[in-house]
Amino acid sequence: MKKLCLTKLNDFFAAVAAKQALYLPVNNKVGKAEFKKWESGVEMSKALNTLRSAKDFFFPQTENLMEFKMEGKSIEVIDTREECEDFVVFGVRACDAASFAILDSVYLVDPVDSYYKSRREHGTVVTMACGKPAETCFCGTFGIDAADPAGDVTAWEVEGAYMLRANTEKGEALLASVADLLEEGCEKAVEEAQAKTRAIMAKLPLAGLKLDGVGAGKTKELFDRPEWKTLSESCLGCGTCTFVCPTCQCYDVRDFDSGNGIKRFRCWDSCMYSDFTLMAHGNSRNSQVERFRQRFMHKLVYYPDRNNGTFGCVGCGRCLARCPISMNIVKVAKTLGGKK
Amino acid sequence: MNTETLIPYAGIVTEITQQTPDVKTFRVEAPGGGKLFEHKPGQCAMLSVPGISEAMISITSSPTNTEYMEFSVKKCGCLTEWLHSMEVGQMITVRGPYGRHFPVYDELLGKDLLIIAGGIGLAPVRSVINYVRDNRDKFGTVDIVYGSRSKDDLVYYKEIVEEWMTTPGFNVHLTIDNPQEGWGGHVGFVPNFVKELNPDLKKTVLMCGPPIMIKFTLGGLMELGFRKEQVYTTMELRMKCGIGKCGRCNIGNKYVCKDGPVFRFDELDELPNEY
Repeated sequence: MKKLCLTKLNDFFAAVAAKQALYLPVNNKVGKAEFKKWESGVEMSKALNTLRSAKDFFFPQTENLMEFKMEGKSIEVIDTREECEDFVVFGVRACDAASFAILDSVYLVDPVDSYYKSRREHGTVVTMACGKPAETCFCGTFGIDAADPAGDVTAWEVEGAYMLRANTEKGEALLASVADLLEEGCEKAVEEAQAKTRAIMAKLPLAGLKLDGVGAGKTKELFDRPEWKTLSESCLGCGTCTFVCPTCQCYDVRDFDSGNGIKRFRCWDSCMYSDFTLMAHGNSRNSQVERFRQRFMHKLVYYPDRNNGTFGCVGCGRCLARCPISMNIVKVAKTLGGKK
Repeated sequence: MNTETLIPYAGIVTEITQQTPDVKTFRVEAPGGGKLFEHKPGQCAMLSVPGISEAMISITSSPTNTEYMEFSVKKCGCLTEWLHSMEVGQMITVRGPYGRHFPVYDELLGKDLLIIAGGIGLAPVRSVINYVRDNRDKFGTVDIVYGSRSKDDLVYYKEIVEEWMTTPGFNVHLTIDNPQEGWGGHVGFVPNFVKELNPDLKKTVLMCGPPIMIKFTLGGLMELGFRKEQVYTTMELRMKCGIGKCGRCNIGNKYVCKDGPVFRFDELDELPNEY
């Protein structure tokens, strides 16, 4: 355990940023936290969490995959991949850190997605234990401890300092590179901070959320439930839930004629959109009820089916805060699981 | 850098055959000759014309063909329309092979096969048919029931008549939806034709065609006494990646691109009816 006095925080950021790109939550113009690249004068946000999740670092909203040169009848395929440069993300919360494991289970299984893998290998994640979880938080439902997040390094805010614990070799290397700014840390201070966080977590409105009614092996039981219709009735199909979700991993691949060759890029997509499954001969999910059901069945049943029961949700609460019609995964899980 | 399956090969279209008014078969070779990659019967590949789009198409040629791969494409959307406008010598991109193949290396060995197809649905199973022809001693009899709207809409007609019909142990039963001048064969829909033929219950069935044909043919097979465990089909849904990551071709917890496209009907029974 190491200790970083907050008086040296700026020096710490400067020292890290001197060697590799450093990203941390910064308040935007309207006071919402977003991950931004640190530069001198940038102040870290005090918000509990960022508006968008941290998945962008490994699965960016849009990225170029390759290029094609077309000449007459010939096509040249150009591999434009470059090895990602080392970077550090500071201040990732426990929920988002847990989401990386879920993204890994998709992108790092055979055949491995080399774009994602390169970023995972070169990114060092410094997580920040939550001091004051919000009422939309329910990470505990998924066995995630907001007081002890994963990541290469875990940080706890204590009186006038951060306590830092390296969890991986990458984390050790990061702390070693700024060793002259660090002091010996104190386990006891961390334990006290953890106890405070856990006490808050236990009192949160969603603390007792049970997911007994959903989970692996429940497709037959849940797929034809009449509640899907009422639950999805007012869904606008806007896709906001997917875009703020740290575990939503679906993508689209499209081509763009740059005038100097074709660029093939991928971007986030949403199963809430009507053209997601549209083919020349029809659509397998024609109505919003079916699209809505797909999103929640994926997180609450299909993903657990394929991943030893682990849910495809980390309880970050972003969809609870952002859905324009106040529909969300908690209401869905409660409705489906509540009535036996 | 690691290899990346999303990055395709460029291949040259070396022959184009007009099969029916709206189906063409494209022969594709590597720029230096030969196949772009090996595949197994029933597997698919992502075909693309950069700047238009990319789509999953079944590889209709048999893996026993060592010189080229073939794709039969029905003109029905943006990409397919573009493919149909191509001339020989044009390059396209291909990546794969993707998905689960028909079990020709184990479960189907020694079995009598009943292959049922409708329209362009013959394309994915043609790979199996020609694989079986080239490994004749490893399989039992092969009955092919194939139907289309009209005589002109029967794909591979020349190959069916000249090669399949003349293969020992092969029985080909053709049908068209409505009577037509110059057609002396069976007239009627595939599901009824299968029932009329009253196939032996020992046969293993491979089936591909329009959803409505599949539905009624499966019903007919069940009435005859077939079990779902002996009936295979191959599916198609929208795909972008082909490797179970882009998230759109799932039926319940299975991805058609990775866990399929070949499924047995007892396996499909475990999945929600969303296809």
